[in-house]
Amino acid sequence: MMYNEKVMDHFQNPRNVGEIDSPSGVGEVGNMRCGDIMKIYIKVEDNIIKDIKFLTFGCGAAIASSSVLTEMVKNKTIDEALAITNNDVAEELGGLPAAKLHCSNLAADALHNAIKDYKEKNNIP
Amino acid sequence: MQRIYMDHSATTPLDEEVLEVMLPYLREIHGNPSSVHVFGSEARKGLNEAREKVAAALGASSPEEIIFTSGATESNNIAIQGVARALSSRGRHIITSSIEHHAVLDTVKYLGQIGFEVTFLPVDQYGMVDPDELAENITEDTILVSIMAANNEIGTIQPFEKIGEICRERGVYFHTDAVQAIGYLPFNLKEQPVDMLSLSAHKFYGPKGIGALYCRKGTKIRQLCFGGAQERKIRPGTENLPGIVGLGRAIELATTDIENRSRNLAALRDRLIRGLLEIEDIRLNGHPQKRLPGNVNVSVLYVEGESLLLDLDLKGVAASSGSACTSGSLDPSHVLMAIGLDHQTAQGSLRLSLGKSNTVAEIDYTVKCLKEIVERLRKMSPVLKK
Repeated sequence: MMYNEKVMDHFQNPRNVGEIDSPSGVGEVGNMRCGDIMKIYIKVEDNIIKDIKFLTFGCGAAIASSSVLTEMVKNKTIDEALAITNNDVAEELGGLPAAKLHCSNLAADALHNAIKDYKEKNNIP
Repeated sequence: MQRIYMDHSATTPLDEEVLEVMLPYLREIHGNPSSVHVFGSEARKGLNEAREKVAAALGASSPEEIIFTSGATESNNIAIQGVARALSSRGRHIITSSIEHHAVLDTVKYLGQIGFEVTFLPVDQYGMVDPDELAENITEDTILVSIMAANNEIGTIQPFEKIGEICRERGVYFHTDAVQAIGYLPFNLKEQPVDMLSLSAHKFYGPKGIGALYCRKGTKIRQLCFGGAQERKIRPGTENLPGIVGLGRAIELATTDIENRSRNLAALRDRLIRGLLEIEDIRLNGHPQKRLPGNVNVSVLYVEGESLLLDLDLKGVAASSGSACTSGSLDPSHVLMAIGLDHQTAQGSLRLSLGKSNTVAEIDYTVKCLKEIVERLRKMSPVLKK
């Protein structure tokens, strides 16, 4: 197996799969050419990410990084969530194969896009 | 957990009978076939017999037309670069197809960088080269046409005899990469218009690291490596005798009773295809009839190939995919793009290549697993419009 146990656990038992009805923000990254598309939905209350869900089309690394990100982010403040990088996500997973680091490890980018969407909707600078 | 191997186009397990004939050449028979003494002649006997077996299996006119190599990648390189170097003063145009294996594609691309002109023929939606289009593209400057006999990803069988006839009429060499075809398509090269043919033992239950190039007598070819008289100087270096002997036995077994074995394997293939096509939004890639008897290639919409492979592997089924993640590049398979698939459809491709160990029960288990897997992955998919 090319992935470690933690990655495989998140791939097999992904956390927080799905959509949120009337989300505070939605973010998407990726394209079909490279084969990974991630969509992150967030529900924000009092500047805190109360709920987060994802949908991902992609490889094992893409699914696992989306899943672990949702665990890392839940109940964090917006600023704490913005500080999370793609690299942090890979570290939380205990590492990803080198080839996956740049193409499939985009979950934090999707999250940041969701936060940007939330801020724009609410006129937050 | 049971382990089910459905990746025979990648490689096959070594046949027990092949191993048996190799063992003496890994133990007691250690001589160099070029040596004068009895050790040498013992080794030479094994070498000659294996060459005769390969020649017989291919219906070649003479064992001398068989050149042993390290595998099809080397065979393809020797054939293409060898002809290009021998004939560069006569012409500098080479024709190939857009769905060749990279051992051919990258070789002609390299020649394109050093002054040759290369035409990449397109294929139709099933992966077929049009012989008429080939004929239109042959010019005074054309020296070589290289078109595979059957495709490794989608299994499409090319009209390579028709292509060979056109080449012969026009006085152009024809090379075919027959790696996937050995054991499934009958060859009789005395009669068929093929000047060069590449093969590799590990695709038909022989050992890895050994292959051959059939090179019709009189074909002008210049060696790539120097340093010995082995293999008519075209491929110098002390022979891989255990491998060669293994190749001889493996091709003998693979080309015995081709018709029956192909029919039985095709029945399994068709059962698998029928089962998979019960899944919603799935399509068969490649030709519905003119395909290798062991090849199944489908695209599962809304899911990505590597995740299909991981889930299948967890259930004990070994397969492969042409998605970007698994093709080792940043793009999905060039073959799937060449038959006109969009990126999403190519990303969801899955190849299951069957072989002699597979059973009906394995086919049915795989179909059942894949139905569950597709349902699970589609629940996660942002591109499936609910």
